[in-house]
Amino acid sequence: MSLYYLQKFLYVLNRDEGAQKKYQNDLEALLGDFDLTDEEADALRKGDIGLLYVLGVNGQILMHYAAFLGIEWFDYLDMMRKGIEEHGPVRAGVYTMTGEGESFTEEEKSR
Amino acid sequence: MSLVYAGVCSHAPGITGRADLCENTEKRDEFYAQLDKQRQDIEDSGAEALIVVAAEHFANFFMNNMPAFCIGIGAEYQGPIEDPEWLKISKTAVPGAPDLGTRITREVMQTVDVAYAEEWKFDHGIMVPLNFLTPNYDLPIIPVNINCQGPPLTPLHRAWEFGLALRRSCDAVPEKVALVGTGGVSHWPATPDSGKINEEWDRRFLGQLMRQDKEAVLGYSDQETYAQAGQGGYEIRTYIATAAAAGGLGELQFYTAELPIFAVGVTVGRFDIAA
Repeated sequence: MSLYYLQKFLYVLNRDEGAQKKYQNDLEALLGDFDLTDEEADALRKGDIGLLYVLGVNGQILMHYAAFLGIEWFDYLDMMRKGIEEHGPVRAGVYTMTGEGESFTEEEKSR
Repeated sequence: MSLVYAGVCSHAPGITGRADLCENTEKRDEFYAQLDKQRQDIEDSGAEALIVVAAEHFANFFMNNMPAFCIGIGAEYQGPIEDPEWLKISKTAVPGAPDLGTRITREVMQTVDVAYAEEWKFDHGIMVPLNFLTPNYDLPIIPVNINCQGPPLTPLHRAWEFGLALRRSCDAVPEKVALVGTGGVSHWPATPDSGKINEEWDRRFLGQLMRQDKEAVLGYSDQETYAQAGQGGYEIRTYIATAAAAGGLGELQFYTAELPIFAVGVTVGRFDIAA
């Protein structure tokens, strides 16, 4: 059930400016509002997009969180690929990587 | 008076957010021109309000209380929830249509158990279309959501029935109402596969949709859609509801798989409104 609360943390953060202020000012208190494993809480402390992706966070929630953190688009894609290299395949949900980690846009390839 | 316009368009956040990264600017601008034509068509229809049938992405609805369908009846909405720099759309207030939305909801409820909401925050799923279709945010909006994100998803045949209910509801009110369904065909958004597009699947589905081939479009299983069209393909529900609402043949005004930076086969279409 923990993935549920991990995603709920991000859902609330993504849409609630009050939660965004709390995130900036007292992250530990915000983390304490949700039933998270140590691994999940740590991934949120570090803004570890790769691990969050592997843990199964829905891509739409994760994408908005990455935008909130100010992560550029191609960096966001790269972080997910590196997460898989480091932690293995996505463990839950429907946002698994289906390719071999290649880029599907010329814009990213030519970066 | 009645439903006066029905169309579909893409809503992917890259359409605005990554416009500057796009190298195929000719195709991009051709797409933008088609969206502007859609804006003009809506304006020419005399629509007094616009229903946006969307597939929102956890801006309002989460797995603590996920409706199969929801209609917004608020007086005003805020959007986008995303970082405006990232989406390249400024945060703004969008007018709602509480009285009209309530009357439509009441009629839809005669056949579909729809939820309603007086609060609604718009994400890219609605803000990107509005950015092109009502750039001055001066047309009252009735947001509608179909659950395309959190399984178990709304069944396709229920999306069709919901479209029929929306049509009946629009025809029962004195106002002129336009309806736009906004979703994706095949895409793998927000994953490392972002930019992957199954053009053959897209063209087959869109062809069936435009021909009003109900049996074919309702025949896709979620497993098949996921395998062939990714989790983004679940959003065909919005297009299916729109086709059902219109009832007439469709015209695919624009489709291309040549803008993968937008992470979807970008689409613009419209339907005749059957009598």
